[in-house]
Amino acid sequence: MSIEFLVASAIAALTAAGIYLALRGRTFPVVLGLAMLSYAINLFLFAIGRLTVNHPPLYEKGVTDYADPLPQALVLTAIVISFAMTALAVVLSLRSFLETGTDQVDGIIEADPPHPDPEAAP
Amino acid sequence: MFLVPLCLLPFVGTLLLSIMGRASRNGLAAIALLPAMAGLVLLARVAPFILRGGVVEWHMDWVPILGLEISLRLDALGFLFAGLILGIGLLIILYARFYLAAGDAMGRFLAMLLLFQGAMLGIALSGNILLLLIFWELTSLSSFLLIGFRSDKAEGRQGARMALTVTGGGGLALIGGLMLLGTIAGSFELSDILASGDIIRASTLYPVALILILLGCFTKSAQFPFHFWLPHAMAAPTPVSAYLHSATMVKAGVFLLARFWPVLSGTDLWFYLVTTTGLITMILGAAVALFRHDLKAILAYSTISHLGLLTMLFGFGTPVAAMVGVFHLLNHALFKAALFMNAGIVDHETGTRDIRLLGGLATLMPITATLGLVASASMAGLPPLAGFLSKEMMLEEAGHTLWAGQFWIVPLAAVIAAMLSVAYSLRYIVHLYFGPRPASYPAQPHDPPFGLWAPSALLVALAIVIGLFPQTLTAGLITSAAAVVTGGTAPPFKPALWHGVTPALVMSIVAVMIGTLMLWRHGILLRAWDALPLPDAKRMFDRTLDWLVDRAKDMTQAIHNGSLQRQLGLLFLVAILVGGLGVWTGGYSPGTRPTIPAPPVAIIAWGLLLAAVAAVVKAQRQRYLTLIYISVVGLVVSLAFVYLSAPDLALTQISVEVVTILLLLLALNLMPKQPVRLSSNALRLRDGLIGLAGGTAAGLAAWAVMTREPNDPISAYHWANSYSGGGGTNVVNVTLVDFRAFDTFGEITVLGIAALTIFALLQPAARGPSGQRLRQWVADLPRSPERHPMMFAVAARLLLPLATMIGLFIFLRGHNLPGGGFIAGLVVSIAMLMQYMASGFEWADQRRRIDEHMLIGLGVTIAALTGLGSLFFGAPLFTSAFGYVTLPIVGTFELATAMLFDIGVAMTVIGAVMLALAELSHISQRAEKALVEDDGPMDIDPAKLRGPRS
Repeated sequence: MSIEFLVASAIAALTAAGIYLALRGRTFPVVLGLAMLSYAINLFLFAIGRLTVNHPPLYEKGVTDYADPLPQALVLTAIVISFAMTALAVVLSLRSFLETGTDQVDGIIEADPPHPDPEAAP
Repeated sequence: MFLVPLCLLPFVGTLLLSIMGRASRNGLAAIALLPAMAGLVLLARVAPFILRGGVVEWHMDWVPILGLEISLRLDALGFLFAGLILGIGLLIILYARFYLAAGDAMGRFLAMLLLFQGAMLGIALSGNILLLLIFWELTSLSSFLLIGFRSDKAEGRQGARMALTVTGGGGLALIGGLMLLGTIAGSFELSDILASGDIIRASTLYPVALILILLGCFTKSAQFPFHFWLPHAMAAPTPVSAYLHSATMVKAGVFLLARFWPVLSGTDLWFYLVTTTGLITMILGAAVALFRHDLKAILAYSTISHLGLLTMLFGFGTPVAAMVGVFHLLNHALFKAALFMNAGIVDHETGTRDIRLLGGLATLMPITATLGLVASASMAGLPPLAGFLSKEMMLEEAGHTLWAGQFWIVPLAAVIAAMLSVAYSLRYIVHLYFGPRPASYPAQPHDPPFGLWAPSALLVALAIVIGLFPQTLTAGLITSAAAVVTGGTAPPFKPALWHGVTPALVMSIVAVMIGTLMLWRHGILLRAWDALPLPDAKRMFDRTLDWLVDRAKDMTQAIHNGSLQRQLGLLFLVAILVGGLGVWTGGYSPGTRPTIPAPPVAIIAWGLLLAAVAAVVKAQRQRYLTLIYISVVGLVVSLAFVYLSAPDLALTQISVEVVTILLLLLALNLMPKQPVRLSSNALRLRDGLIGLAGGTAAGLAAWAVMTREPNDPISAYHWANSYSGGGGTNVVNVTLVDFRAFDTFGEITVLGIAALTIFALLQPAARGPSGQRLRQWVADLPRSPERHPMMFAVAARLLLPLATMIGLFIFLRGHNLPGGGFIAGLVVSIAMLMQYMASGFEWADQRRRIDEHMLIGLGVTIAALTGLGSLFFGAPLFTSAFGYVTLPIVGTFELATAMLFDIGVAMTVIGAVMLALAELSHISQRAEKALVEDDGPMDIDPAKLRGPRS
């Protein structure tokens, strides 16, 4: 097995799980799905620069074998932005849950509220 | 060169007034007067040159590739218009000073008035038609603000909205028209366009351009059938009406007709469109004016009528008619501004504008009555006033204009309009100032203070002296302005009170006689008028708008029904299909690049990742568990970055992982932990298939990319120039803070905005239904008896300086070794978050010195300033500079401006992360408030134990 295969299949698994979770009816799995998709997309962008082992993009005169620095720079900001996006999504879902009492993405109020009964709480 | 200050002064005034809204009313008025006064002085200085036919121009490139230039141009027509805008503007500001009540926001009012003044002046001075469009739109916007000044009243808001819809819509047409005009002429410079009249009229696009431009003019100048917005704009305070509807806003359309007269007029299409519209508007406006009872409504419809008259005159297409148009434009501005101020005084002093409730005011307010009488007589076109002269000349021109070969249509229409005009003007005098007094007035009327009547008195005086000495006073101005309008030499200007018995005089006498008769029998006419089934323009307008809004809603509903699941499902499906289409047409084959064999450790990590992904999906409804599984994914990804030569990414990923999991934990605390299952098996199978398809596609695409040789023309550049150009050996960091600093700047701005949005979402969560849920919230998981364990608290405290130092170290070395602002910011944030976790929100938050909002703002500002700084050295935006400094002990080290930028990045990251997490824990803390008993730094505080016990 090659490293390339491992990365490609990891991207495939993360994307599949991300899509599946993003299509769920409750907000929390959707947030998890977005996080999964972020991993997948960041890995993909990184992979565009091709995989290199043991040659970090630290400049030295005369060195010609190096990992592509450009996708790395783009992915670095993308990681931080993904964090911002995940944070925003989770806060949005929290607020909508508090506001409507339901954590369904389409705002459908269930007959049986997901909120636990106060008496039943430990 | 003086054109620039002339054009900019009102805008400067707006800025000044906006920042000193608390100054005294006199102070504000004085500031507001300055631009107009300075502008008039500037105009007066060049007056002799302009009146001799001179043109002053000023030019600066703006976006030359689009033909958009800042070119200003002052000729006699612009001079006349600018003079009116500034002169009447000056009087209006004086008047407004005394008119507005103490409670009105005068600073805001005057600031908006000056904004409008500047926009109008821009129209008069634009030498480039694209620039003119910008000012044109600005007049629509600023007049919207002015008309809606009394935003607490529904009619003010509706009137403003209607004016904006109509004039803004016309503005869109005008954009199209002027674009076409510029395209035909091959230039957007006014001077070039004015010189290419023949080409324009011969072009096949001429009719389209003409109709679009006329739409712009007619909507702005309230021509039928777009006239209906003007009466509703009367909801504005009277000074606004006096300004907008006498000299400025509505005249902008007429000004444009005059502006493009040399290139657009002279064709049949022009004649029939413009003349006919003007004719209909003139009669319609005058007829309605006769039967309105609100003083301002009477004046509004009379304005519509006079605008129709001006439009008609420019529509005739003869030089003499155009000259009369220019003359009447001046006269109308004088008497109409005076009359609006007059109506405002009556409203101000009697408390009503309803003419039926008023009467016999002549003896109660003699000064006001005299001014109203003279201005109204000028509007009626009675000698010896200025209005008489221009109306006489208009009738003369109408007298020999053929419409579809018929000699009687235009003169008859002109006489009817003149007659109605006499009737409503006389009604303004007779029903308001003479006639029987009502039993009581809403307020006891008396003449206003000097400041309120003086501005209109000046205008009335002008109307009289121009009437008496037209040749001496106005010949120079009108002749030179008319010469500009006609694009050649003006016909001889011979206004006189007595020309002998001419057809025009006969028409005029007939008009006055019938007009007087109509007023005498006004009651009968009014009953007849009221019985007419007249359409209500506002209702029609509202209904049309409602219809449009409903259709727009239908369309939105059809595309997007509010279901996220459906929307996302469609998005993924379309993406997969597009990818599939690509493979189907282009084929798929892996490349031949040699792959790297995987060591056993990598395979184990891979297996871990797959297992974690599967576990997240499987344990979806046990939410705490999923968090543990997903953090395994993050960890493996970080390790992958380490292994695959991306140390910066690994550092970033691992620290982001920490804050993300913390954030999700905090949020989950308040959300359902183990919700019931929602989707059926069929649904889950369907979504699973979509996921599988998407995953396979992404994996195959990644595989295809990675097995091909790279083709990168730019990465090598980054590598080669990183050290020599950017002064750093960590190419990733140099790319972030130097090569692509503008990108990074955008990114940290997004980060800041996201954090502020989180703040905005959570801050008000304590109110309303969400606040109620928060207060009713009951902890649904068992709590540890140790809320703030001493060990954790002490360790966190010890870690803080160490972690901060590591953050600093990572920051400093970032330019040359893995590290940098992003990572340093995250590390420091984690160290601080530890304090929140160890000792609770309240305790930690009380000890926080720096506001997170401030941190975000400062960070973005520092980054921006660093970027802008390079402009001062003549270098492109975000160019960095660096040098080496030697200090004793420390040794030689590098200083780069990029480092300053990186400080901005780090600050924004810290601010954003802290704000998001602090807000979330604040919310949780509010929910748990009841459970909190002691908010010390830790459960067992040794410091407290040592103290005396009670």
